[in-house]
Amino acid sequence: MNLQKTIILISTSILLLSANLKAETGKECFEKVSRSIFKFNQGFDRTVIKPIASGYNRLPKLIKDGTGNFTSNIATLLTVPNHVLQGQWRLAGESSASFLINSTIGILGLRNPAAKMGLRNQQEDVGQTLGAYGISSGCYFVLPILGPTTVRDSIGMVADSFVDPFAHVTIREKELINISGNKIDYFSVKGATAIDFRGDNMTNLDSLEKNSLDMYSALKSIYLQDRSKKIGNTFSSEDEDDWGELNK
Amino acid sequence: MRKLINLFALLGFIFFSTNSFSYSSDPKIFIEELVGDAIKTLSDKNISKPDKEKKIKTIALENIDINAISMYTLGAIRKTLDQDTLEKYKELFEKYFLKSLTSRLSDYSNNKFEVISAEQKTETTTIVTSKIVENSSQPEIKIEWRIYTKNSLKPLIRDLRVEGLSIARTQKEEFSSILNSNNNDINILFLKLEEFINN
Repeated sequence: MNLQKTIILISTSILLLSANLKAETGKECFEKVSRSIFKFNQGFDRTVIKPIASGYNRLPKLIKDGTGNFTSNIATLLTVPNHVLQGQWRLAGESSASFLINSTIGILGLRNPAAKMGLRNQQEDVGQTLGAYGISSGCYFVLPILGPTTVRDSIGMVADSFVDPFAHVTIREKELINISGNKIDYFSVKGATAIDFRGDNMTNLDSLEKNSLDMYSALKSIYLQDRSKKIGNTFSSEDEDDWGELNK
Repeated sequence: MRKLINLFALLGFIFFSTNSFSYSSDPKIFIEELVGDAIKTLSDKNISKPDKEKKIKTIALENIDINAISMYTLGAIRKTLDQDTLEKYKELFEKYFLKSLTSRLSDYSNNKFEVISAEQKTETTTIVTSKIVENSSQPEIKIEWRIYTKNSLKPLIRDLRVEGLSIARTQKEEFSSILNSNNNDINILFLKLEEFINN
């Protein structure tokens, strides 16, 4: 399928789904199936991801920081076009400058001198851009290995690979400014991102699992809150309604 | 007379040593003192585990608005329940909350904690911003404390937002999911709470 056809397919899907996307946030698409996939993912995490992340956490801080910086710098390539699509020109400029500085002075992104210069680099993706356009999340479901998502965010995830220059060079193996790559590069970086994230959240996820009555719902809530705050570019996603009543 | 003075001195000592959990009414200092006290208690190797739990529970009962959190967490269904059921829920929630709180605090007690700022959002709510300082096993974690300040002399904690994610809201949606999957049968939620408390 060529790029044009895929874009048309995605745009049509979004239009067709847009009526459903107005549905209440947090509504399940197919809860029973999602819960089964969630159980599978938990097993996969326990046997594969967590042991690797535990080993990763024992590496020297320099290596861990380098990995985190490197993957985060590559993710900036997806962030910049999404800032542009959202009309956030200043943030697009800051992210571009951050990428250029970290890729050069920061030794291919292994270090993060841009942060010390005060350049913000918040991560954006197509799902967030669609959210910023006012498209609701649609129903919630869980994907094998990839985890929690919504209709909007899963469409965004597919669209990411067309907007992201890194995916263009690696997944589609197209040359860009004399830079080439392959699928292994793409999945290595995505794998490293996942391990770095899991390693950083070892205590958080263990604590959540230990203290949850229903881990599936807890993670669903966290995912939806996180997406909501990222779309609004705010720190908080708090629902004030019920507190208001309890404030009397 | 001397015996009487000694008795008062002894009673005074007992009173102040068991009521050493009264913190500043300034929300920022309140959080600083309270978290400092909790972390100190949990990381003190000379205090036994049951004593640590007892002290954390005393701190929590005095300084966290558990009643309001329990109502917030239950959501709209609370308006449909009778008084006895609500009382039973509150009782179970308090036990669940205290056990869960002690466990969560223990998970983070080895970390360095810093209070950054405080901002009064409304007449009754102040948000205190703090952070868990980065260490070798985890990055910096930003934590916001939602403080209920209706009684300005007695601030009460109502929620924690860890990196912007509300713990109370997560709990509320967890409870709501359990209720939705069970035709809003509150007894199923009671069973789940009891299971957690007794495990």
